Amino acid sequence: MLSRMRLFAVARKEWIQLRRDPRSMVLAFALPLFLLLFFGYAITWDVRNLRLTVLDQDRSASSRALIESFVASGYFEVVSYASSLSDVEGALVDGAAIGGLVIPPGFTRALSGGAPAPIQLLLDGSDANTATIALNYASAITAGFSRRVLLDGSRLVVPAVAETRVWYNPTLASRNMIVPGLIAVIMSIIAAMLTALTIAREWERGTMEQLAATPVHRLEVVFGKLIPYLGIGLFDVAVTAIAGIIIFGVPFRGSVLLLGAMTTLFLLGALGLGMFISATLKSQVLATQVAMVVTYLPALLLSGFLFDIASMPVVLRAVSFIVPAKYYIAVTRGVFLKGVGIEALWVQAFSMVVFATVGIALAVGAFNKRIAE
Amino acid sequence: MNASLGRIRALVRKEMRQIFRDPKTKRIVFASPIIQLLLFGYAVTTDVHNVSLFVVDHDHTAESRALVNALTAPGYFRVIGVSDRSGDIGRALDRGSATIGLEIPAGFTRDLAAARGAHVQVIVDGTNSNTGTVAQGYLTRIVQQFGVDYLAAHGTVIRGGVDLRARAWFNPDLQSKVYNVPAVIGILLMLMSLLLTALAVVRERELGTLEQLLVSPVTPGELMLGKTIPVALIALIDLVLICAVAILWFGIPLRGSVPLLLIASAVYVLASLGLGLLISTVSKTQQEAFMGMFLLFMPAVVLSGFMYPIHTMPLFFQYLTMLNPVRHFLEIVRGIFLKGDGVAELWPQLGILAVMAVVVLAAATRRFRQSIG
Repeated sequence: MLSRMRLFAVARKEWIQLRRDPRSMVLAFALPLFLLLFFGYAITWDVRNLRLTVLDQDRSASSRALIESFVASGYFEVVSYASSLSDVEGALVDGAAIGGLVIPPGFTRALSGGAPAPIQLLLDGSDANTATIALNYASAITAGFSRRVLLDGSRLVVPAVAETRVWYNPTLASRNMIVPGLIAVIMSIIAAMLTALTIAREWERGTMEQLAATPVHRLEVVFGKLIPYLGIGLFDVAVTAIAGIIIFGVPFRGSVLLLGAMTTLFLLGALGLGMFISATLKSQVLATQVAMVVTYLPALLLSGFLFDIASMPVVLRAVSFIVPAKYYIAVTRGVFLKGVGIEALWVQAFSMVVFATVGIALAVGAFNKRIAE
Repeated sequence: MNASLGRIRALVRKEMRQIFRDPKTKRIVFASPIIQLLLFGYAVTTDVHNVSLFVVDHDHTAESRALVNALTAPGYFRVIGVSDRSGDIGRALDRGSATIGLEIPAGFTRDLAAARGAHVQVIVDGTNSNTGTVAQGYLTRIVQQFGVDYLAAHGTVIRGGVDLRARAWFNPDLQSKVYNVPAVIGILLMLMSLLLTALAVVRERELGTLEQLLVSPVTPGELMLGKTIPVALIALIDLVLICAVAILWFGIPLRGSVPLLLIASAVYVLASLGLGLLISTVSKTQQEAFMGMFLLFMPAVVLSGFMYPIHTMPLFFQYLTMLNPVRHFLEIVRGIFLKGDGVAELWPQLGILAVMAVVVLAAATRRFRQSIG
């Protein structure tokens, strides 16, 4: 029943239609690269040069050495020296500094006397993330400083030490986290936006009647429409991946073939979902809006792209299990950063197969009903 | 003058009817902001909890178990697997089932008791740089403290060193929701204003009702006011709704002045819906207006300091954020909510927003005059 000729005829028609619509072409080819460059450059979580105001009431060689070890770490930058506690408060309130380091008088005496020498770090907690990271750096710096002071010429050792090594992304650069995840987010947006239009357009323009009058089978329509979009999607992933590697220096350690296969499955699912929405709503404006809500928001928020799923409340953790982008991001990170193969990604591979099947089944199902009406 | 007021009132009534007769719009206007506030409030979290930990314990002692317990008790870590083979850590990290691998070597307790410096090996998955950084910090601190506590309990008190006492202002527990939820208010106000206005003019044009309005005695300025006032009112109702959820459900403190929050929000809403109207007058179809809105809204969110900190962006993007009304409004809401800031601190942002509102609304009206002339 199915004819390859008709399938390719539909695909060719769709491609010609796309090619002659400048808006779709921009969406298909310029937007992904723009998004990658924009997000890739604008978003970085690498905290450097945290603005610190210092109140040094000890004014000794040790206190200066401590301040120096804060600066030398590269994480802090001293923007001002306060002369009183209220100066420190002022700097925090008006945002001139994110942290205030207070070294009380008697710091040196306490250090040489062997009692713990207290210092105080006041943080602007209104930016909780930066403050948490600043606190971590500050603890690490003071721990290092104490070790140096304590161990200097004595036989003391720190009783328990965690020797940490960071795998996959040794410098913990946020760019290496963002770029592979971004590919999944961009593909969710593009796939949904492109296909959300495809069937709704036929309805709005009245060409659906014409399509219904031809001998073309609904499977041929769905697959014929999918082919050009799949091609565009794969092309986009290749371009964004290469741009990510060349421009942002993100490592690529795994197999191109695995990434290609997984991407194909993910795109089939996302495109099918977009077509389902388009065929169900029959309005381009509505379809784009719904597609954005259904694909973009979960891909951004519930995929682990930026925000760790483990830290979310249990309801959102449960919802995240049905977010396809979550599995696809595990694939892109696995292939880019970890260099793992299918043996580590079979859960994701299985999810991709399920997603592709469901997406296409939905598209075919929705299309069937409408033409019969 | 009176006649003009009467015409504006009639227009406002017409718009209100149009908005509220459509049940779909009603849902978009009142239910979706609350749902989105809940979603963003919970999902956008940079807190690090429940980090998955894989433990390989070669020591098998009460002490090694106590160490694992010290890691899991505060809720930062959660053990997802235990084994005797070191190789299992690599597999768990590769598959992504664990974020951190902890290996406690045989002789850990012996070294600990002898105060020789007991070492544990830690491997951190760096693919999520934020989780990696924060979890590494927690882990290092907990292990060190465990050692000190152990020796203290067995009579050897480690003295000296530097004791860092941190105190976070405005948000003592450094919860990211306290930082994020007020920001979501700003994002949602912008989204509502854009959604309701971006399609407003272009819809009348597509439906052909613009012609009808133009033959009536209504002037372009009145028409703009008629489109603006209802949306501004709805946005302010939304503001009250979302703030109520933020305060009552999320427990976000509102430390500043409520009237100031209302005034600042009104100015911000005017600027946002001016942008929406501008898009609407420039676009030829609703579809185009929606795309325009998306392309404006997404960068505005990225460059607002909501999910991505501004101070880590490259300088060029930091300057670009100055043109973004969302950025200025977020400083205002966060200031009012968390710091209790008043006009004395926030007048620059208020001034910038007011100028933006005037410029954008004037541009939209001018553009509308041109497009019908």
